[in-house]
Amino acid sequence: MKIVKLSRIIEQLNLDIRNAQDQVHREVKRGYTSDLLSDVLANGEEGDVWITLQIHPNIVAIAGMKGLSGIVLINGRQPQEETIARAREENIPIMVSEMTAFEFSGRLYAMLSGTKNDEGI
Amino acid sequence: MKPNESKPSSGADPSENSGAFAGPDSTRYTKIQELVYELKVSDAMMRNIITTTPDTSMSELREILRANRISGTPVMEGGKMVGVISIEDFIMWLGSGKADCPIKEKMTTEVDTMYANEPLVHAIGKLDKTGYGRLPVIDRQSGKLIGIITKGDIIERLLHKLEIEYHEEEIHRYRASHIFEDIIGDKVALTFQSSVKGKDFSRAGEASSGLKKTLERLGIHPQIVRRAAIASYEAEINVVIYTDGGTITASVQPDKIRIDVNDTGPGISDVDKAMQPGYSTASEWVREMGFGAGMGLVNIKKCADKMELVSTVDKGTHLRIYIDINNTQEHSKAG
Repeated sequence: MKIVKLSRIIEQLNLDIRNAQDQVHREVKRGYTSDLLSDVLANGEEGDVWITLQIHPNIVAIAGMKGLSGIVLINGRQPQEETIARAREENIPIMVSEMTAFEFSGRLYAMLSGTKNDEGI
Repeated sequence: MKPNESKPSSGADPSENSGAFAGPDSTRYTKIQELVYELKVSDAMMRNIITTTPDTSMSELREILRANRISGTPVMEGGKMVGVISIEDFIMWLGSGKADCPIKEKMTTEVDTMYANEPLVHAIGKLDKTGYGRLPVIDRQSGKLIGIITKGDIIERLLHKLEIEYHEEEIHRYRASHIFEDIIGDKVALTFQSSVKGKDFSRAGEASSGLKKTLERLGIHPQIVRRAAIASYEAEINVVIYTDGGTITASVQPDKIRIDVNDTGPGISDVDKAMQPGYSTASEWVREMGFGAGMGLVNIKKCADKMELVSTVDKGTHLRIYIDINNTQEHSKAG
């Protein structure tokens, strides 16, 4: 797996970043796709990008606790105002994608596994 | 031995190689100088290398540089680097007004490289001395190209590192970790309590976020803080989902953290069943928010070094969690 900067993911996968624009230098090794909060608490890893359809403020608490790199809301779902307010406080980037969870996860996986380069790098 | 290698300090002295990082006084080092010695080339380099081949045309190169927003690429042939082509080469070609040609006719073939495990200061020196905009980075063991480094990468890495250290310093300033050393007594504990409102999802998690911040300020290991915060969060969510409210009390002792989560009902009728992964009595709307997956108590148990759960139907539930402050090893993940 490669390490990719959040800024590159935002650019290549067309994400609309809503806050914490100064955090795009964060490094991402993995994505985690789940809509169950406890599942993310148990199985998310530091530095993950979390792909979810949940839009309420508690997603920020989860991301903060696990040290996630950011949250991607799929299907163009809009974060609640309170969610953005908390994300600003905690400095956690919230991004919106028009893709489905399936498509976004697949494209992110392709980016991170980097199958294009025959040098293995 | 070359003259500039006569003293160990001067061969890689930033004041010789790069004015930008030089300090006025050779015996006093600035933070940046310290960092350029401490950080390795591999810490700053770009790992996603875009490469070209000797037969790529100059007109294609323009599109490659533009699309990837880069200023040059290593030129690879049969897994080997045979040169570097840069935007400067491109501009020269454009200026000459000559016809399109393969990269191999315009690339630099005598390429300066860096080893990944060299200190950053060497890269700064080499970039300055050669005037190149980028240096390919080679793994010392395998001899393979594993990255590319530019001045921009170095500056970005240094700024990022400074930001992290500044943040750590800020935390340190608040740190009250010595509090226990200053208190004399056979038994010392710092206790703080938050109340949790039942059924109020907009504020759910606030008590645990507060707990996390307090523990961080006390200078407790991040791994321990994370486990305590997750356990407390799951317990808090349970109080919010199922009860009319309760309290979370944390007691920090020199060797452990004890967290008590108490509520006044309705209680758990079958504790063994509640402990099973996936078992949940949460209502549909709670589940739609992503809560009530039946993983809460399981997660708490995974995070805690010891857990006690006592519940009486209609009376209430008392959950007590102990986390050993000195056990900083990764706990097994929930599966």
